[in-house]
Amino acid sequence: MTTRIERHHYDVVVIGAGGAGLRAAIEARLAGKRTAIISKSLFGKAHTVMAEGGAAAAMGNVNSRDNWKVHFGDTMRGGKFLNNFRMAELHAKEAPERIWELETYGALFDRTKDGKISQRNFGGHEYPRLAHVGDRTGLELIRTLQQKIVSLQQEDKRKHGDYEAKIKVFSETTITELLLDGDRVAGAFGYVRESGEFLLFETPAVVLATGGVGKSYKVTSNSWEYTGDGHALALRAGATLINMEFLQFHPTGMVWPPSVKGILVTESVRGDGGVLKNSDGKRFMFDYVPDVFRHQYADTEEEADRWYTDPDNNRRPPELLPRDEVARAINSEVKAGRGTPAGGVFLDIASRLTPAEIQRKLPSMYHQFKELADVDITKVPMEVGPTCHYVMGGVEVDPDTTAAHGRVEGLFAAGEVSGGMHGSNRLGGNSLSDLLVFGKRAGEHAAAYTDSLPKRPKPAAADVEAAVSAALAPLSRENGENPYTLQQDLQAVMGDLVGIIRREAELTDALKRLQELKRRVANVSAVGGRKYNPGWHLALDLRNMLVVSECTAMAALEREESRGGHTREDFPKMSPEWRQVNLVCALDGDDVVLERKPVPKMRSELITLFKRTELSKYLTDDELAEFDALSGEAK
Amino acid sequence: MTTTASRPGAKPRAAIAARTLRTDRWWVPPLGIAAILLFFIAYATVRIFMAKWYFVPEHNYLTPLYSPCVAENCVPGSSHFGTWLPALPFFIPLGIIAFPIVAGFRVTCYYYRKSGYRSLWASPQACAVKEPHTKYTGETRFPLIFMNAHRYFWYLAFAVLLINFYDAALGFKGTDGGFGIGLGTVIIWVNVLALAGYTLSCHVCRHITGGRLKHFSKHPLRYKFWTFVSKLNAKHGTYAMTSLFTVILTDAYIMAVSAGWFSDLRFIN
Amino acid sequence: MGSTRKFRVWRGDENGGDLQDFQVEVNEGEVVLDVIHRLQATQTPDLACRWNCKAGKCGSCSMEINGMPKLGCMTRMSTFTEDETVTITPLRTFPVIRDLVTDVSYNYEKARETPAFAPPAGVAPGDYRMQQVDVERSQEFRKCIECFLCQNTCHVVRDHEENKPEFSGPRYFIRAAELDMHPLDAKTDRKEYAQASMGMGYCNITKCCTEVCPEHIKITDNAIIPMKERVIDRKFDPLVWLGRKILRRDQLNGQGQGLDAPSGKPAGVTGHAKGVGPTSARLPEPPDLQEDGKLALTEITFDRPAAPSPFGEDVSFPMRGTSYVHPDRQRETSPEDEGTQAH
Repeated sequence: MTTRIERHHYDVVVIGAGGAGLRAAIEARLAGKRTAIISKSLFGKAHTVMAEGGAAAAMGNVNSRDNWKVHFGDTMRGGKFLNNFRMAELHAKEAPERIWELETYGALFDRTKDGKISQRNFGGHEYPRLAHVGDRTGLELIRTLQQKIVSLQQEDKRKHGDYEAKIKVFSETTITELLLDGDRVAGAFGYVRESGEFLLFETPAVVLATGGVGKSYKVTSNSWEYTGDGHALALRAGATLINMEFLQFHPTGMVWPPSVKGILVTESVRGDGGVLKNSDGKRFMFDYVPDVFRHQYADTEEEADRWYTDPDNNRRPPELLPRDEVARAINSEVKAGRGTPAGGVFLDIASRLTPAEIQRKLPSMYHQFKELADVDITKVPMEVGPTCHYVMGGVEVDPDTTAAHGRVEGLFAAGEVSGGMHGSNRLGGNSLSDLLVFGKRAGEHAAAYTDSLPKRPKPAAADVEAAVSAALAPLSRENGENPYTLQQDLQAVMGDLVGIIRREAELTDALKRLQELKRRVANVSAVGGRKYNPGWHLALDLRNMLVVSECTAMAALEREESRGGHTREDFPKMSPEWRQVNLVCALDGDDVVLERKPVPKMRSELITLFKRTELSKYLTDDELAEFDALSGEAK
Repeated sequence: MTTTASRPGAKPRAAIAARTLRTDRWWVPPLGIAAILLFFIAYATVRIFMAKWYFVPEHNYLTPLYSPCVAENCVPGSSHFGTWLPALPFFIPLGIIAFPIVAGFRVTCYYYRKSGYRSLWASPQACAVKEPHTKYTGETRFPLIFMNAHRYFWYLAFAVLLINFYDAALGFKGTDGGFGIGLGTVIIWVNVLALAGYTLSCHVCRHITGGRLKHFSKHPLRYKFWTFVSKLNAKHGTYAMTSLFTVILTDAYIMAVSAGWFSDLRFIN
Repeated sequence: MGSTRKFRVWRGDENGGDLQDFQVEVNEGEVVLDVIHRLQATQTPDLACRWNCKAGKCGSCSMEINGMPKLGCMTRMSTFTEDETVTITPLRTFPVIRDLVTDVSYNYEKARETPAFAPPAGVAPGDYRMQQVDVERSQEFRKCIECFLCQNTCHVVRDHEENKPEFSGPRYFIRAAELDMHPLDAKTDRKEYAQASMGMGYCNITKCCTEVCPEHIKITDNAIIPMKERVIDRKFDPLVWLGRKILRRDQLNGQGQGLDAPSGKPAGVTGHAKGVGPTSARLPEPPDLQEDGKLALTEITFDRPAAPSPFGEDVSFPMRGTSYVHPDRQRETSPEDEGTQAH
């Protein structure tokens, strides 16, 4: 084989340079490991920058009644009790530490009057809980972590004379394959976009932090990078994915003008007083408050409006219902013919706040609409609709160590690519804190894992050669299919048939079409050379998107209920029996297989944090009887 | 082929020969500014060496280009601060005290540096337009390092501004020697206000009122000053250009009245 | 509703290239980046262009549109007339990789040279107290999305490649200003550093950086000029010097030196996960030798001087046939582990 491959040795390789990846890399480096960060784009451009609302952490700076138990409860409630309780617990407990830590890295959050980190309200959170910086919290987070890495590199430079002695960022590099030595991770193989050259990382530990899968959808807020690389790498390495049917459709993405379709309008627009109206001008969310939430949400406009100034004595406006409820409500309004011409509804902040207030509270929203669409949100309402935003499912991991389940050892996952933490639906603001909490854990446990190894695993030469030829295949194939066409076809299948509202017939159809696409993707070809060739890159990403889409479609067909980010029109109710089931997806050869596994049972001191009336909506009779016995004991 | 700058060992840039690909009329603003600046330089040079027509004794109008006039050969009445310099030869302007200060203040001003470098020195003429110079060291060495002396000039110019205010106050002299207002008084006052706006909106002023503090919260009063100056500072360029024109206007008006080309329009007395 | 418009796109690489003409369909409400995507999907699948968020938040799609440095996703097609030919070229200050993609590593190198935040000594995480008025100035600079348009448009390096080693550029001046204005930053010599090592004196305040900033950060007025003034405080101002002597106002700036402040200890496994997972120490091991008993070439051709060994820091250089084990590590090794050491 004449192909040149650049070889690197690292102790920990972190795939993904978003919040989770950078946090993991910092931790691995602090543990003394030689760490590589693989970034699909330039360093610091990760999708984390898009997060606007804030990072949820029960610091209690604004309302001192807040604590980790309340946060835990909100997270479980938001996830409809399908969350991995241990992850939710760790997340709620550790989020404040992780946020405070950021300040020691140089982050500048907005402040309260007494100089602490200010916290804001957000859908699904009982108290003001989101640490934020205007509406660019994600950018602050990524920049802070990026700068922390730079500062560690400066330390290394002082100590070793080289910035990259201990931690190196490989920007614009994509990993196409994980290499194993038996069941152990031994390395990662990929290419550099810039040159098309191949890289081989020999490493005993890999942290996946590749984010989500949104690019398989037609309308999405996700960037081109979100092709489910980490999910697919994990599957092919023998790990499992959990609950891939749960996708979050952000209720308010821009639907007009078409070029910016999918871009998110942050929930804080609603938190700061924005209301949803249909084309009749009616504030329709009052008609869509589910019984579960009845006692927490206002039923008159007057009470809802009072809440903004007096949240202690009034119930909150229904615009602040969890995202899936809002998304479904908008979908119903549009389907009933009360939508805008572009297929959305109106989100009106212009008539609720003065232009000066809007510009101060939502500067980048204002900026974004003004510059991208020439729409002045201080004067006219926005046109919004549901857009694919976040995948709750992901790599099945051990909650404490973030080690991937399945056959493989040495694989860790954190952030959006991991599953379980958010259950069936994620609360706004929980993803940024998720990145930090589990990113750190992934880094420290990956480091600890490398220490435990008796011998360093070695990748097999044959596997490397196989990876090379797989990567080169689209370039050598002639007259194959155009990757862009294939991507559009895949997006159409997923958007139309496995979208926000799902039906059995459509899902079956989708699976058939995905099989067909699989055959076509096997025949994809890319013109041009290896140097910065986006067509080639897309051709390589396609198979990842496809395998993940198949998992999503299969799991969506299997789960016969509606819960959080999964809505079946033919099974509109939430089923207590299904709450006990996790759907786990694995690869058997080239075929995707699905398995049911039980959801881990909450520890008694945690389940007793909830009221029986609330639990009765989610649990089976047997579980409730068990709960009664527990709470009886407690008395 | 490529005209972009190169350094041995540096990887090549995109081979684009055009000096700029801008399609708008980017050369208009620098040309306009250059015309204004050159006109002012020419006008001021002529005027400061004229050594006449700078004072209207009836109404105490003194042109800012000659204030303070402290030489023995100043026109009687124009020396508001005494005559403690001997009679000056023709090649030294009578405004020798203040003129170097205000000229230095303007030359080293951050706004004029921008407009001067762009329009007079073409470094660069406009954004993304290649500059003609082959070497560039900015303000790192002699003589341009002296641009950093703006701070000194500001302290001195502030003193000159106070003198201008004093002169302007004297300008309320009526025809009978008592209180009076004429068009000249109004023009003089517009000018000193423009000058005050220019001086107070200066970046140096912004810095010393509060910009240099690390913690605004510990100095609430200075924070207020700073906020006020910051607001002015956003319009520093406007003040700079306005005051340039008001200075010319004031001087030209006083010259005309002093030379007797027309007489001052009186509103009160 | 759509119309066909004329485009000229620079295509090529470090060996040369030229502007190529294209006719592309443009729909209402589209931006330049949409057009490039349409080109990729329909005419030139291998047209290289960086992009990510397509919402003006990540700063990836920096390019020059009709000669002006701009973000492709923030330039609406409605700003051009129907018959106008739109010329799209890569950033001209950085080496070209291919088509619209340039090598922006200059910026990352400069980022690495700029001293990082120095945390105040003795303030625990969670105890940081800052007032909103004190953080606002720095927050403005933290809006930066690192699109590098300011770096690209700055004539100091755009027209003078030879200034690149000395000049950090506007992006890093605002970084220096951000840290100098950070209420809790403990490093006190940022002003001097900006002047001496970042080349702030090269800036002649022609304000093009501010003009092209898509985040509308007042780079010149709020960062560079204040930093220049702060340098003047230290270096040139007579009154400040006098004031310091008389009023002993030395405390105007924070105290303490932050450069060597610890960045945090390697904490190992902490928090609730303490004691979970494998933590036993791994022994150093020698690299595999080739059949001729020599090291594989790749083992010794690393470009990094420090710690190239993947086997732990205490192996300085693996020698043929020897397996060096640090005495300390040997003592720590428990008898059960001995077996794994032999190979």
